[in-house]
Amino acid sequence: MSANPETENRHTISVVVDNEPGVLARVIGLFSGRGYNIESLTVAEVNLDENLSRITVVTSGTPMIIEQIKAQLTRLVPVHKVADLTLDGPHVERELALIKVNGKGNARVEALRIADIFRARAVDSTNNSFVFEIVGNTGKIDAFIDLMKPLGLVDVSRTGVVAIARGRSAL
Amino acid sequence: MASEQMNGANIMLKALVDQGVTDIFGYPGGAVLPLYDAMFNHNSIRHILVRQEGGAVHAAEGYARSTGKVGVVVVTSGPGATNAVTGLTDAMMDSIPLVCITGQVPTHLIGNDAFQECDTTGITRPCTKHNYLVKDVNDLARVMHEAFYVARSGRPGPVLIDLPKDVAMALGDYVGPKAVKPKHYAPQVKAEPTKIDQAVKMIAAAKRPLIYAGGGVINSGPQASKLLRQFAKLTGFPCTLTLMGLGAYPASDKQFVGMLGMHGTYEANMAMHDCDLMIAVGSRFDDRITGRLDAFSPGSKKIHIDIDPSSINKNVQVDLGIVGDVKVVLQDILKVYKAKKVKSDAKAMKAWWHEINSWRKTDCLSFDKSSKTTIKPQYAIERLYELTKKHKKVMITTEVGQHQMWAAQHFHFDQPNHWMTSGGLGTMGYGLPAAMGAQIAHPDALCIDIAGEASILMNIQEMATIAQYRLPVKVFILNNQYMGMVRQWQELLHGGRYSESYMDSLPDFVKLAEAFGAVGMRATKLSQLDGVIQDMIDCDKSVIADICVDQMENVYPMIPSGAAHNEMLMGPADKAEKPVSEEGMVLV
Repeated sequence: MSANPETENRHTISVVVDNEPGVLARVIGLFSGRGYNIESLTVAEVNLDENLSRITVVTSGTPMIIEQIKAQLTRLVPVHKVADLTLDGPHVERELALIKVNGKGNARVEALRIADIFRARAVDSTNNSFVFEIVGNTGKIDAFIDLMKPLGLVDVSRTGVVAIARGRSAL
Repeated sequence: MASEQMNGANIMLKALVDQGVTDIFGYPGGAVLPLYDAMFNHNSIRHILVRQEGGAVHAAEGYARSTGKVGVVVVTSGPGATNAVTGLTDAMMDSIPLVCITGQVPTHLIGNDAFQECDTTGITRPCTKHNYLVKDVNDLARVMHEAFYVARSGRPGPVLIDLPKDVAMALGDYVGPKAVKPKHYAPQVKAEPTKIDQAVKMIAAAKRPLIYAGGGVINSGPQASKLLRQFAKLTGFPCTLTLMGLGAYPASDKQFVGMLGMHGTYEANMAMHDCDLMIAVGSRFDDRITGRLDAFSPGSKKIHIDIDPSSINKNVQVDLGIVGDVKVVLQDILKVYKAKKVKSDAKAMKAWWHEINSWRKTDCLSFDKSSKTTIKPQYAIERLYELTKKHKKVMITTEVGQHQMWAAQHFHFDQPNHWMTSGGLGTMGYGLPAAMGAQIAHPDALCIDIAGEASILMNIQEMATIAQYRLPVKVFILNNQYMGMVRQWQELLHGGRYSESYMDSLPDFVKLAEAFGAVGMRATKLSQLDGVIQDMIDCDKSVIADICVDQMENVYPMIPSGAAHNEMLMGPADKAEKPVSEEGMVLV
């Protein structure tokens, strides 16, 4: 953790919750009601037997705020576990994006070439458009989108960050 | 365990009975009619019919706060639920355990903008500890028992159950509380032993210590108050209390230095500022307590004991946060303290007490007693305290404003659960229904709502409830014909421009009392005060006592917004020298 109590850092937090109606609203309401940032948020059911969902939220704040966010999340009744992946050790973060690029001629070829460098796949194509699928961390996807802008970028859909700790330990 | 089939309404009632509920506060309406129908032939639960749903929630708060039990509220859908929102928020802020049952339109109409429909769980999500919408009658018994568990465990709070009308009428299985597995929700009650050891070490090293205890001690139960006292006696440490904590430590004890905070005593605030060890017990470093944060107790190490981890390091960074139930943590600290035969530093303590006693000499709660005719509001409270002393059980509730602060300063509590006030939310209109709820729980007690003439009008309709159940609730109005606290702030911060704070055309409170079947009394002169108070106490009916007090009196001492603990205003003469800062002005 940063030694300076005023420095704002980005944290990736995993929250395991009961998959019940309103649980996402509870989490989002907590962030908006208390004025915390949400940079990215993903949610899906991960354990059908126990009916649990996992929420991954990327937020930023001073160490005191981050501690507060985690304590506030823990306090919610349907929350089972809260883990700060940023603090707990190395972890893997991934995002998936679908990116639509319209173009003809050279721009189209260039888009395809860059997609290849980024290991993005074309999942849809017409004579004058592509939809690329790209997986990676947030920075990689941002970079790809930047490069697509002059080549006819028209639409972006991103999943937001999912993350998991490296090594054997499980949440 | 064998289950029984019954309809949703009866499941709900049976769950209430099995949870030990004897009284509920409510108001019927279309969507809760099945529940009221089931209640019609029920005889072990008493329903108190309030006159507005907001009153029901505050009454349940008064009931809960005075008994330590969970308060129960039943209201209908739509406006019934929205009227309950203020009370739920109040209970959330002050950690009062409640279960609020709201009717809802039938499931097939939810989302259709049906008559008296509102998104109750959506609206109440941020102002309840948890809430449920029950769509399957077979979930109902479990949800009911779970709701009581959640409401009273950990940091208590309000839990809401939204029950669609068709679910209330459908047949389903009932299961008892024992058949319901507790949720994974399990707040930490016992602290880590290493933290207890560390706390004892810090306590042993203290030279200028202070115990700063709050409402959490009261929520932890009467045993916690006893342990707090033991701890103070054993260590010889001074103790201050928050507004919500009054009664957690006996006011008559000489180690009590008074309430702290914005209108706390000089000695309590100076001790907070100058201490070298602060032991926060079930208190939450509210902005009314801390004053300007960067000047808050700059030289102290801080221990914070709280059952709610999110309270620790929220406003003030502490040196040792101990998560656990106050009662259990105090017990553990005492055990280790005794086992290690720790002794407080006698010489340092003597010097510290000497300093505290010198602050005490400022006699910060004194007020001008020179007038032979005008009733000073502080004096009215002093007399009320003196004259009610011989009554064996006195319950005080308040509304919000100047009268509330004077009551906190001049009425003294030696036991927990006798003082009920809206501390966090500051809800005008809290006191009358809360006194009503306390009176229901304690029929033999002398329940007094210390009120202002503005606040009392916010839930005055509950006088009708008081009449219906023949509750001998007393309303003691400090009538200065102003929204006093608003006027005080306008005087101090807004150049004396009393914008909309004068209460023109007030009702005649004596006649108002009579209209509600109560007894009305009035004191306008000092000579009448004792007589009116005594008559009020002696009267076996409900009373509204209209005490016409000095109109321009302000609450002192005061830490102005944006100021530090050692920058208190001691009285009217003080304010000219210390203008409130720009930053202070924007604070509430």
